[in-house]
Amino acid sequence: MKIIVCIKQVPNTTEIKIDPVTGTLNREGAVSIMNPDDKVGLEFALRLKDKHDAHITVVSMGPMQAKKVLYEALAMGADRALLLTDRLFAGSDSLATSLTLAGLIKTLDYDLIITGRQAIDGDTAQVGPQIAEHLNIPQISYVNSLKYEGGHFVAVRQFEDRYQTLKAEAPLLVTILGDAAEPRSLNVGLLIGATESENIELKGASDIVLEASKLGLKGSPTKVKSTWNKVIEKQRNLLEVEPREAVKAIVDTMKKRHII
Amino acid sequence: MSKDILTFIEVRDGKIQKVSLELLGVARDLVSISGGHVVAGIVGSNLSSLIEELKNLDIDLIYSVDNSNLKYYLTDTYAKAFEKIVSTVNPNVILLGATSIGRDLAPRLSARLQTGLTADCTKLEIDADGSLFMTRPAFGGNLFATIICPDHRPQMSTVRPGVMARIGINKGRQVNVIHLDVVFDKPRVEVIEEVVAVKEIANIEEAKILISIGRGIGSDENLQTAQYLAGLIKGTYSCSRSLVDCGKINSDRQVGQTGKTVRPELYLALGISGAVQHLAGMEESDYIIAVNKDRTASIFSVADLGVVGDINQILPLLKEEIEKNIL
Repeated sequence: MKIIVCIKQVPNTTEIKIDPVTGTLNREGAVSIMNPDDKVGLEFALRLKDKHDAHITVVSMGPMQAKKVLYEALAMGADRALLLTDRLFAGSDSLATSLTLAGLIKTLDYDLIITGRQAIDGDTAQVGPQIAEHLNIPQISYVNSLKYEGGHFVAVRQFEDRYQTLKAEAPLLVTILGDAAEPRSLNVGLLIGATESENIELKGASDIVLEASKLGLKGSPTKVKSTWNKVIEKQRNLLEVEPREAVKAIVDTMKKRHII
Repeated sequence: MSKDILTFIEVRDGKIQKVSLELLGVARDLVSISGGHVVAGIVGSNLSSLIEELKNLDIDLIYSVDNSNLKYYLTDTYAKAFEKIVSTVNPNVILLGATSIGRDLAPRLSARLQTGLTADCTKLEIDADGSLFMTRPAFGGNLFATIICPDHRPQMSTVRPGVMARIGINKGRQVNVIHLDVVFDKPRVEVIEEVVAVKEIANIEEAKILISIGRGIGSDENLQTAQYLAGLIKGTYSCSRSLVDCGKINSDRQVGQTGKTVRPELYLALGISGAVQHLAGMEESDYIIAVNKDRTASIFSVADLGVVGDINQILPLLKEEIEKNIL
């Protein structure tokens, strides 16, 4: 079985704090990590490999620094790592990103493509389904569990209020929920081998099946018109008093708001 | 291309989902500026009674694909059916709910139509030329971005449930219904079973009062006291991610970017420091009280009433006082 896992390097947004005075984002100290949902997706691939003799190719798109998450993926047990990196890719929205990734995947063999449900920096959850459409293969998103038995995949797909158990043959794309599994730790032996940079194959715009007009900012239908920080308008009322007095303030507030 | 706004009407168990009424509501507001019709696109099986329901709403047109192949939501069949409506209406804007269905269908369709899609919008505006301005939270809700789709049509957006006002009732408008036929291929994905989740889901999104628990709660005893108090004041309890990660509380009670977005009348945060992701899920609460021992905790930046203090001292006293007022 040939599996492709798409992984994204993202800033660790859990480390981004809000300045309590200005209400602005303080991104200092936020390091780049493998997107958590993608890491769980890789774990799904590795579990299939544990059972079924699979070959796992990890693919990332981003700047050269994104090699870091590919080393990590190799150290977890992936077999091959490709980095799509090219200035022409800069400014890609989800459609351009998905076209670029699909343009590379078209040059590879695969039975299964795995992506995380969404990335923590963009939260769009769009790239996985869009890749599936470009490749004209079925998708199962929001996947909680995945098995391969009797020549087909069986996936449990989670909704807000229900779940479906679904069956599909290869080729298939699934997007994996971030809480569906606990990713394994790195294998130190593999890590030493992984950080040899020749283990990562670099691919650019000339290596993929996609016309140049579809790439990057130019190929992106959506544009960011403006961004702004949320203005915190609330009047802060911070009490530093004895516990009994503090509790009285809480209870008085609850009474005033007809909670108790 | 028409000026029409097409909304995807989401159906589960024979019921139109609330978010679809919200989409129609915002579509009505938008066409009052851009012109065009409010068009409801409904796909599924046995839709006749739902179409009657839609006719009672303040909309202009209904397109439907009613087929037994559409009993369960599956990406391929729903995309094919809804695409048929899209190509017939040729709308300026397509809106879908940012639900697990909308967020599966919308990207598939946007890729097929080779157009832009903006996820999980919380605000939509339009100009007289029909250009849509789609605002969404980013980076855990503290940064907002307004996205445009200048050169591609239709403009597509998924809209966060619970944000827009629902559509009003029909005051005498003639609503035409157009049924479209679609022939489906052999399914590439088969449903083995669909089960409405029986496991008890803490519906923290509907709760009017939430006591929310973070890592700073300190002990299991405090955790139990907080849960008890939540019941006592006719609310429920929720938590930050760390309590889910350490297995103390189930993830369906998690508030925040990777959990749920809540807007209770009262949000009492106990020992929550207030990571950006958490704040994104609760800062729209009507009233926020936060207790934390660290006076620099980010939670205080959104709190209406902040209490700097030790949970171990405050919680027993709070229990005593609330019991005194209720029992």
